[in-house]
Amino acid sequence: MLTLVIILVPLVLSLAVFGARTEKNVRMLALAGSLVEFGVVVAAFIQFKTSCHCNLLFNAEWFSMTMFSLRLGLDGISLLLVAMTAFLVPLIILSTFSHHYENPQAFYSLIFLMEMALTGVFSAYDGLIFYIFWELALIPAWFICALWGGTDRIRITFKFFVYTFTGSLFMLLALIWLFLKTPEPHSFSFGALTRAMLSPAEQSWIFAAFFLAFAIKIPVFPFHTWQPDTYTESPPAGSMLLAGIMLKMGIFGMIRWMLPLTPLAMQQWAPVVLILAVTGIVYASVIAIRQSDLKRLVAYSSIAHVGLIAAGVFAFSQQAMQGAVIQMVSHGINVVGLFIILDIIERRTGTRVIGELGGLANRVPLLAAFFMIILLGSIALPLTNGFVGEFLLLIGIFGTHPVMAAIAGLTIIFGAVYMLWMYQRTMLGSEQVSYSEIKDLTPAELAALIPIVVMIFWIGIFPSFFLDTSFPEVVMLLQYFR
Amino acid sequence: MVKILITLIPLFPLFGFLFLGAGFRSLPRRIVSVTGPGTILASFLLTLILFFDFQRNGIPQIHLIFNWLTVGPLAIGFEFLTDPLSLLMMLIVTGVGFLIHWYSVGYMKDDPGYNRFFAHMNLFIFFMLLLVMGANYLIMFIGWEGVGLCSYLLIGFWFRNQDYNNAAKKAFIMNRIGDLGFLLGMFLLFTTFGSLNFREIFEKATPMEAGEPVMVAITLLLFIGAVGKSAQIPLYTWLPDAMAGPTPVSALIHAATMVTAGVYMVARSNILYVLSPVTQIVMGSVALATAIFAASIALFQNDIKKILAYSTISQLGYMFAALSVGAFTGAMFHLTTHAFFKALLFLGAGSVIHALGGEQDIRKMGGLRKNMPATWWTFLIATLAISGIPPLSGFFSKDEILIHALDHSAWMWFILFIGALMTAFYMFRLLWLTFFGAFRGTDDQRHHLHESPGVMTVPLILLAILTAFGGFMNIPGIFGGNSLLAQFLAPVFAGSKYHPMPVTGISHATEWMIMGITLVAVIAVIAWSYHHFVKREKGFLPDQVHRNFLVNLISQKYYVDELYELIIVKPLLWLSTILHRIIEVGFIDRIVNSFGNLVIRTGNTLRFIQTGNVGFYMFIMILGIILMLFLNILI
Repeated sequence: MLTLVIILVPLVLSLAVFGARTEKNVRMLALAGSLVEFGVVVAAFIQFKTSCHCNLLFNAEWFSMTMFSLRLGLDGISLLLVAMTAFLVPLIILSTFSHHYENPQAFYSLIFLMEMALTGVFSAYDGLIFYIFWELALIPAWFICALWGGTDRIRITFKFFVYTFTGSLFMLLALIWLFLKTPEPHSFSFGALTRAMLSPAEQSWIFAAFFLAFAIKIPVFPFHTWQPDTYTESPPAGSMLLAGIMLKMGIFGMIRWMLPLTPLAMQQWAPVVLILAVTGIVYASVIAIRQSDLKRLVAYSSIAHVGLIAAGVFAFSQQAMQGAVIQMVSHGINVVGLFIILDIIERRTGTRVIGELGGLANRVPLLAAFFMIILLGSIALPLTNGFVGEFLLLIGIFGTHPVMAAIAGLTIIFGAVYMLWMYQRTMLGSEQVSYSEIKDLTPAELAALIPIVVMIFWIGIFPSFFLDTSFPEVVMLLQYFR
Repeated sequence: MVKILITLIPLFPLFGFLFLGAGFRSLPRRIVSVTGPGTILASFLLTLILFFDFQRNGIPQIHLIFNWLTVGPLAIGFEFLTDPLSLLMMLIVTGVGFLIHWYSVGYMKDDPGYNRFFAHMNLFIFFMLLLVMGANYLIMFIGWEGVGLCSYLLIGFWFRNQDYNNAAKKAFIMNRIGDLGFLLGMFLLFTTFGSLNFREIFEKATPMEAGEPVMVAITLLLFIGAVGKSAQIPLYTWLPDAMAGPTPVSALIHAATMVTAGVYMVARSNILYVLSPVTQIVMGSVALATAIFAASIALFQNDIKKILAYSTISQLGYMFAALSVGAFTGAMFHLTTHAFFKALLFLGAGSVIHALGGEQDIRKMGGLRKNMPATWWTFLIATLAISGIPPLSGFFSKDEILIHALDHSAWMWFILFIGALMTAFYMFRLLWLTFFGAFRGTDDQRHHLHESPGVMTVPLILLAILTAFGGFMNIPGIFGGNSLLAQFLAPVFAGSKYHPMPVTGISHATEWMIMGITLVAVIAVIAWSYHHFVKREKGFLPDQVHRNFLVNLISQKYYVDELYELIIVKPLLWLSTILHRIIEVGFIDRIVNSFGNLVIRTGNTLRFIQTGNVGFYMFIMILGIILMLFLNILI
């Protein structure tokens, strides 16, 4: 039941925000609402941790046909992602407080609609429901970017929409095919889909269709070209939703759906995917070194980071899979943190071109300190969240593909190269321009950044709390290969 | 009880960092001056208690603080180890660390970033303690990367200067290159032994045969980490640049502690290294090359800190040379004495720089011994010690390395012997030009010449005492001593199969003779340098003066930085542009867009078929039926 509430709260909120008149009221309502949602998720988390450790399954019989029904559930992995979503949305809303948006009701409504869809994707236990939520998430994302984005937004968002939508259509085909192969009576339920009888060739085709949808969303090299443009042109909140939460849909899809449904094909194609992912890591990292737009730099670094997560999923080891799960959460936190910082920099100075910045640490030491901590999380310094994830991913990949792990490990060098370069050119040195009225962090900004820093160290220093949550599920998933 | 004690040791500096960091700019200086060094003193005293407690019990212990990372068979605890090796390192880190903190109270007095400085220094001590106390490779790695971070933060301490920031970034990135090697080494350790704990790994490794490929790979990968952290060829160029940081930082991080982490790591992994002769050869070659190469660069440098930096690189080479022949105690002994005398040299240099208002060029110094007696005498002791003059500490530790090298091969001894002569030369050149002759600075500087305050000279004097008498901790049998340090450390190195202590192949007579030759040669070099720099007043010519090719090559540091720029940095930037402009925009994205355009174009073309003419539709339909029938017959 709690699972259903988690999905319904944002839905209700997306309507409720239209009740508020002034922009200020809309904001406060949105923030309060997102905190309520977070509270519900925390309650679910506590219930999961303390009492049942079960799946918090919800099956809406009243909405049930033999074909499909509103099957929802949260296991260790999806719970972590839902928790991450509910944790990040209030921070994203907080970060919008210093912006003025035309038509704020619609803006916040779309954010909540997206939160609902994302939560739905993470908790769906029915193929068709999964697909519906998956596509549903795209619509608000597109509107947010297309209505409140930068100057080139129409062309960019159109490409983003068509590209990701095309990928998803293949997934729909694959789901229908699977449905037809399920034992009588046909059903879209997760359980039925895993029992579908498939020849190895069929598995490969299904795998390919799923992979296309997921790879575009993540994005995995070479399906990534929509991503830097879209992140750059989106409004800050849009970039945060996309990079922080939405791209996790793809990796989650691989773990929850692809792995149980097409384990054979996954193993068969693992070397190819690993090569793509590892190529992407190095490729995106090298490109990031010379980016002059802060957001674009973070966009490319994000491709490198998620490439490593994708590679970890295909290593089929406990360490790598656990690393993938925890790194999804960590990456969400870190990338949202980075985008918040970049947004603050852009608002204070009016630019995000690296060449026009410099010396900010003299004026805004607090911002510089927060930036440094989030950056350290991002470059995986031990005792930050990024290290736990990347260490587990790399050690897991190393067990089966040592050379791949060594190449993927280059990310810890390149990450330092472009991130420190970015930091040096924005924060350090002497002041490039006279920032006459530049202020350090406001209370609202602190409220958005402090939770992020707390999570960076919590996951970094006491990762067991999170690792234990997903471990039983990871063990179960890997049994598909035995 | 011991567990609380051992937990508190790293926690004190951590709390110091958090307190100073959170207090930020608002904390009054007086509180910072007490907290900054105070936390380190507290850790040092606790370490002393732990040390004496260990002396009574003598049993190495592992204390699990909490379970850090657990995934299936991979179980990493936050656990600390107390054994002779870690205790020795802890004493050095907190002891020398405290003296340097104390000194910094005076040195950094007028700096606006006073709080930040002590915050980062405390954080450094915290990570350094994790590095040496960790009971598994991953905790060691936390410290390993953490000290790299602090090094980055402190090299770029004066962050308004982008040159300093570049130096900081270079240090961090070069360290990270090494760290990747360390990481991969750990991965291989885990896949081989199923654990990252020292105890388990060493127990499983002890019965193994020497020369197994996997051991070679593990030790080589870990050694890459050591090369980065301890500034050996080819990853040494960050250390001279790191002198951009405040001088106490150079003393603490880039001389006494952090850069010796690689030596500690290899000594800790001694059981693995003796199983891999190939790695020993590689390590020995790198060490010898570094020892002599860096010493040669130091001969012609004019920046007081750069000379000391190259000297550090060279001395680290000596330690690795000792490790490569299995003289683990020798390496740790030299590490210890080096921590004393090199910290003293840096702090003395800091005192000089302080007195001259920031001047670092030794050609613009001179005659300072009259104005700065405390600095002069302590600096002299350190210079004599590093040159290997008995009975100062450096003599004993360097002699031990030289004897082991000779035991291994005459060539190795000879290279290190030449290195020792170079050391004496560049150190005394530094000493003569700084403290002898006439003052060559500006009049303004001359008027302000002063001895540093007591807060700086007292740590100097304490370090000078350690430098002078530190060697007595390990007097070899030849002098009637009983090698206390060797005895103390023996349990740590007991598991190593190849265990060449005491030296077997060399008689006492040979040892006396070698010692004599070295000493006479060193004294000759010192005498000659006195004649050259003090009597003939040479060596402080400006850069423009014509020099021959070799001297020019060396004083330009063999153009290694330029070489790296040319073969690594430039191509990487170039590759980045190529990938972005040509592959990304010009190829991958173009394909994606052309798919989109294809759809639009197809739509546009097919649009024309819909003419609205019923007759045309009928025609197409019939054509289709005929085609289907035709195909039906065919198949």
